[in-house]
Amino acid sequence: MTEKTVLLEIDNVHAAIEGKSILKGINLTINKGEVHAIMGPNGSGKSTLSNILMGHPKYKVTEGRIRFLGEDLFGIPVDVRARKGLFLAFQYPLAIPGVPVAKFLRLSLQSVKGKDVPVTEFLKTLKAKMKLLGISDTFIGRYINEGFSGGEKKRHEILQMALLEPTLSILDETDSGLDIDALKVVASGIEHTRSPERSILIITHYQRILNYVQPDFIHVLADGRIIKSGTKELALELEKKGYDWVLKEAGLPVTQQAVSA
Amino acid sequence: MTQKATVQPKDYKYGFHDDVESVFTSGRGLTRNLVEQISAMKKEPEWMLKFRLKALDIYEKKPMPSWGNTKLLKLLDFDNIRYYVRPSEKTEKNWDDVPEKLKNTFEKLGIPEAERRFLAGVTAQYESEVVYHSIQADLEKKGVIFLGMDQAVQQCPDIVKKYMGTIIPPGDNKFSALNSAVWSGGSFIYVPKNTHVEIPLQAYFRINSENMGQFERTLIITDEGSNVHYIEGCTAPTYSSDSLHSAVVELIALKGSKIRYTTIQNWSNNVYNLVTKRAAAYEDAAVEWIDGNLGSKLTMKYPAVYLLGERARGEVLSIAYAGKGQHQDAGAKMVHVAPNTTSTILSKSISRDGGRTSYRGLLKVYKGALNCKSNVRCDALLLDENSRSDTYPTMEIDEQTASVGHEATVSKVGEEQMFYLMSRGLKEQEAQSLIVNGFIEPFTKQLPMEYAVELNRLIQLEMDGSIG
Repeated sequence: MTEKTVLLEIDNVHAAIEGKSILKGINLTINKGEVHAIMGPNGSGKSTLSNILMGHPKYKVTEGRIRFLGEDLFGIPVDVRARKGLFLAFQYPLAIPGVPVAKFLRLSLQSVKGKDVPVTEFLKTLKAKMKLLGISDTFIGRYINEGFSGGEKKRHEILQMALLEPTLSILDETDSGLDIDALKVVASGIEHTRSPERSILIITHYQRILNYVQPDFIHVLADGRIIKSGTKELALELEKKGYDWVLKEAGLPVTQQAVSA
Repeated sequence: MTQKATVQPKDYKYGFHDDVESVFTSGRGLTRNLVEQISAMKKEPEWMLKFRLKALDIYEKKPMPSWGNTKLLKLLDFDNIRYYVRPSEKTEKNWDDVPEKLKNTFEKLGIPEAERRFLAGVTAQYESEVVYHSIQADLEKKGVIFLGMDQAVQQCPDIVKKYMGTIIPPGDNKFSALNSAVWSGGSFIYVPKNTHVEIPLQAYFRINSENMGQFERTLIITDEGSNVHYIEGCTAPTYSSDSLHSAVVELIALKGSKIRYTTIQNWSNNVYNLVTKRAAAYEDAAVEWIDGNLGSKLTMKYPAVYLLGERARGEVLSIAYAGKGQHQDAGAKMVHVAPNTTSTILSKSISRDGGRTSYRGLLKVYKGALNCKSNVRCDALLLDENSRSDTYPTMEIDEQTASVGHEATVSKVGEEQMFYLMSRGLKEQEAQSLIVNGFIEPFTKQLPMEYAVELNRLIQLEMDGSIG
């Protein structure tokens, strides 16, 4: 294997929302081509982590650094991060009434690529991606997430990921609330996005997604910190034994609601 | 040129000012002598002069409206307005004959392209006179009359006399009286029985002289079983002192006919846009006002449909955009006089940068107008904390069988929506424009493609201009 390139470096990051401290010193390094999964119970800081990585203005990094391809992301606005190759698949994607999906996706693609994409070329690319993911054509003419079912919203997120080809994709509980078919779309989207040049961070509450996607590394997030890291064996162990032992090992109370598969 | 610094955003695209020599420019202020002069210059018949003078008397007696934005209305200086400017001697029918300078202005506005694309006929109003007018041969063959209003007075006086001022009499309000006294230009359309005009007819209006009052007068009559779609787009250049635009538009849809009237207005931020628009819809007739209001300092405009015959249908679909220092006081009126009539009002407004929008509407159902249906919906979108939106719906329902729905919403562009769009690489302004475009989508989808694109672009331009 060739030498590893560091893509994302999270160094002792503390973060807060509206003055409430949520992350308490996160350390994580993701190299190019790697797939990481972060698992953790409710309230462990999963969503905060994805939001600070993408640069949500409500979430404040109070300490530590995040570097993306060697560059400090502090103060860099969300749209610039997107153009640098970061992507967040939302847990609850919002509806934007009246804005057709195709129009939005083309604008996004043009923004991220930094150049004009002619309509015909765009539609060709889009349709190819949709076919790959088994997404129906009727999507194109609908308005962004308006009247979408939960599964459709997640498919739409994955379609965006496949289209924009980000260097780092963060999936914020994209797998929760999905039926098996939708879960397979998500999994196949991840598999198609996977390449030596691109990395994926799967943030999840459930182990189920790991039956379809095999991450290189697994981390357990609890109380705003990563309390355990390992390879896929860890996932199997967690599935078998639950979370309590990890929490106990970290000195955290086990009364905290644990992940149930 | 005496153009001074203005409140316009620096890149207001249509703020150019061509140095066109006017053939006649009235002094400032309104006199009986001026009204006589206008009529004489137009070589009008006696009845039209009388109509004007009677209107002038009414105008002088009528008080200013006591409602709406009275503060801004008070600032309107009637003595400092030129009521009549005539830029060239005759009405041109062929594009090649239009003076070069006027043509340049039209070209900046994209008129020739627009014509090539889809126009059946063009009446472009430059200052107070119709200078360019063309009508396709097949329209003439069908017997459709599409003229400048001044020409119509000369060429079909009987029909003009029969209908002009019947829907909006001079005494209706101060501004309709003013218009009736000094009107100039505007369009006249008559569609004969059972005739369908497939292609939209279009006029392009433009004010190009400082303090020039624009008082166009439009009259459209669709005879039984016919239909027409008329489109009017307006844009004005930037000036340092206030201009007044006060049009009167009368529509008459006879039995079983249909009129759609589409307007996109983009006045510069110093224009008072005080317009009276009203339609009469007879048995089984339909009238649709598609009304887009951008720009201007103050717009007061409430397109109305009087549903006079059974099963007549009225519709108003409007959007208003108010930026810094602007007040869009717009709305609609539906008056149900006959049974089984239906009406729909959808009003969408956007306020930004301290701008103010108001929806002012009237829904009236007369006793005996059985089984009427009406649905009113107003949606306001606020783009920041400084902007404002109000709703003043008036309902006078004197008939128990009426079915009336009313819904009003006010929403703000949310941080989460912005974050979502921007996380896909869209810049702040692009994201905001996209949300706004989506918000007015029910309106734009009713426009011909070119207009929809133009409208979205105009809004983008307004929003770009008001940031930083």
